[in-house]
Amino acid sequence: MSSATTAPATAGANKNMHGATSIVPVQTRNERLASFDVADFAAVTGREVDWKLTPISAISDLLDSSIDGSQLPLDISITGSASVTWVSMNDAAVGSVGTPEDRASAIAWSSTQDALLIDVHADDVSEVSVSRSGLGAAPRAAHTVIRVAPFAKTTVVLTSEGEAALSENVEIIAGDSSHVTVISLQEWSSTARHLASHFIRTEKNATVTHTVVSLSGALVRVNPQTRLAGEGSSVNMLGLYFADSGEHLEQQVFVHHEAAQTKSRVNYKGALQGTGARTVWIGDVLIGPHAVGTDSYEQNRNLVLTEGTRADSIPNLEIKTGDIAGAGHASATGRFDDEQLFYLQARGIDEATARQLVVRGFLNEIVQQITVTSIAERIEAALDRELEGIA
Amino acid sequence: MAVLEIRDLHVSVETDQGTRQILKGVDLTIRSGETHAIMGPNGSGKSTLAYTIAGHPRYTVDSGSITLDGADVLEMSVDERAKAGLFLAMQYPVEIPGVTVSNFLRTAKTAIDGTSPALRQWVGDVKTAMTNLKMDSSFTERNVNEGFSGGEKKRHEILQLELLKPQIAVLDETDSGLDVDALKIVSEGVNRAKENTGLGVLLITHYTRILRYIKPDFVHVFVAGKVAEQGGPELADRLEAEGYDRYVEANA
Ligand SMILES: Nc1ncnc2c1ncn2[C@@H]1O[C@H](COP(=O)(O)OP(=O)(O)O)[C@@H](O)[C@H]1O
Ligand SMILES: [Mg+2]
Repeated sequence: MSSATTAPATAGANKNMHGATSIVPVQTRNERLASFDVADFAAVTGREVDWKLTPISAISDLLDSSIDGSQLPLDISITGSASVTWVSMNDAAVGSVGTPEDRASAIAWSSTQDALLIDVHADDVSEVSVSRSGLGAAPRAAHTVIRVAPFAKTTVVLTSEGEAALSENVEIIAGDSSHVTVISLQEWSSTARHLASHFIRTEKNATVTHTVVSLSGALVRVNPQTRLAGEGSSVNMLGLYFADSGEHLEQQVFVHHEAAQTKSRVNYKGALQGTGARTVWIGDVLIGPHAVGTDSYEQNRNLVLTEGTRADSIPNLEIKTGDIAGAGHASATGRFDDEQLFYLQARGIDEATARQLVVRGFLNEIVQQITVTSIAERIEAALDRELEGIA
Repeated sequence: MAVLEIRDLHVSVETDQGTRQILKGVDLTIRSGETHAIMGPNGSGKSTLAYTIAGHPRYTVDSGSITLDGADVLEMSVDERAKAGLFLAMQYPVEIPGVTVSNFLRTAKTAIDGTSPALRQWVGDVKTAMTNLKMDSSFTERNVNEGFSGGEKKRHEILQLELLKPQIAVLDETDSGLDVDALKIVSEGVNRAKENTGLGVLLITHYTRILRYIKPDFVHVFVAGKVAEQGGPELADRLEAEGYDRYVEANA
């Protein structure tokens, strides 16, 4: 187990617990290269700031050159009047939010033939669920655009299971005063590999809840970033992950406060169990020069259940304006607390049940915020299965 | 009728400075319906005794025995001891984030009884016990001990005592940090449990004030890891007047 924490600039609450704290110079986050052209990105060596904690040898086929970008087999359900269609990658909706920031994302972008466009019209209330399964072991690329018009309210759920070697981009546009909930649930087979970049942009007064749940897969890396572009907009970025032996679950989260009076909350919680279970969380928050009145807090907490695991947790906060309402971060990676176990056992609860209670309790803070009942139940069931193995 | 017997108990802990002996030959016998007060200065080993009875893994029993109705308690795991009828109200109850009081109480009750309680009856029992302890009903939806005041934590311990109905309870400084109102409420809870279930009590305290509300049958003065003197309730009055100096000096 290791834990690294960096804190270049902080204001307001700032708490670091456990693990060594070291100051690492951070490149200003929005100066990172962004391009649609694969050739602009050098071959990945594994030394890059955004790849150095990823086992790149396991995904060399997704980092090299063009991959299969044909339409994915999808199971789609819609309530409300949202439309879900395949559109050309030249469609105006594509590229309106995101620009690739790493080679995998650029390869996926240029390889994809058609994008899935989920269009939610103004004032509409809708729910869309897109499930992907049986994608096969060969590399594939995908692109999804979730475009939510002003004053609409929508929940979009992306679920993934089975075999896959998927590299994808997801763009999310939250129009004026819209309420958008996006959940990406990864429950892949134990050999699956998945790279995803999510690009979110909030317009004026929009509210977005974005949740990444990674429960299984050999290598799952979901990097969501939010540009709070409209004044008064807010984002709640949540994550839950449970890494077993041999699994690498990674998330690099970025929040860019561009406009004034914007609010962000980032809360990722993970558990690790079994030899070689590996998680990475990097959380960058950038408060731009115009983002006066910003209110920002990010945290990551990891619960280590067994020996032989490693959790990296790296929060970064950059502030370019003096006039903010609050900004802080917390990062903690801790062992299972034996005192909690003792307390429960002293009330007659056997060790296995006590461990389950503590782990589920730890992750509950995130599960409680998942408003889609079927997804919350799926997570509960998966946790039950994971936790049967311990004690 | 239960009997907890502690015989010549020697206990040590591992510290950064090496092994440290804390209990140095404790003898005690507690029967159902009896209340034994253990009084002693800070650091004399009272909590060590309590934790050792409950089976905390940090404490090593070097010699001696603990039996409950003849059964070897030291051979039992922590949860087995609770199922056998032992209960420890902790001096510092532990926070368990994300686990509600309601879920915790039901899980514990199910574990102790070996079967889940009938829902309607259980909900009623919890409600009654909470009302008696002057706990707000919203309490059950809070996470175990998280953000509880000192008094709330102690009431929550006694709530568990009343609901789980053990045979012998060890109360480790349940009185510390309580104002007089809370002290009365908590004491009434213990007295109810004694009345209703014939509970045997090992009441660990530093001060005599809780003994005004929970009447001890026996008082044991605990100094430097063992019982230095024992007697009836009058011994507590003497401690109230004279303090522990006499024992501590004799021991030094
Ligand atoms: N886990 C521990 N590690 C090191 N020292 C301990 C530990 N537990 C107790 N002690 C020491 O043993 C002695 C008795 O402690 P304790 O049983 O808590 O006493 P009391 O409850 O009477 O105040 C104290 O000196 C305390 O510092
Ligand atoms: Mg003590």
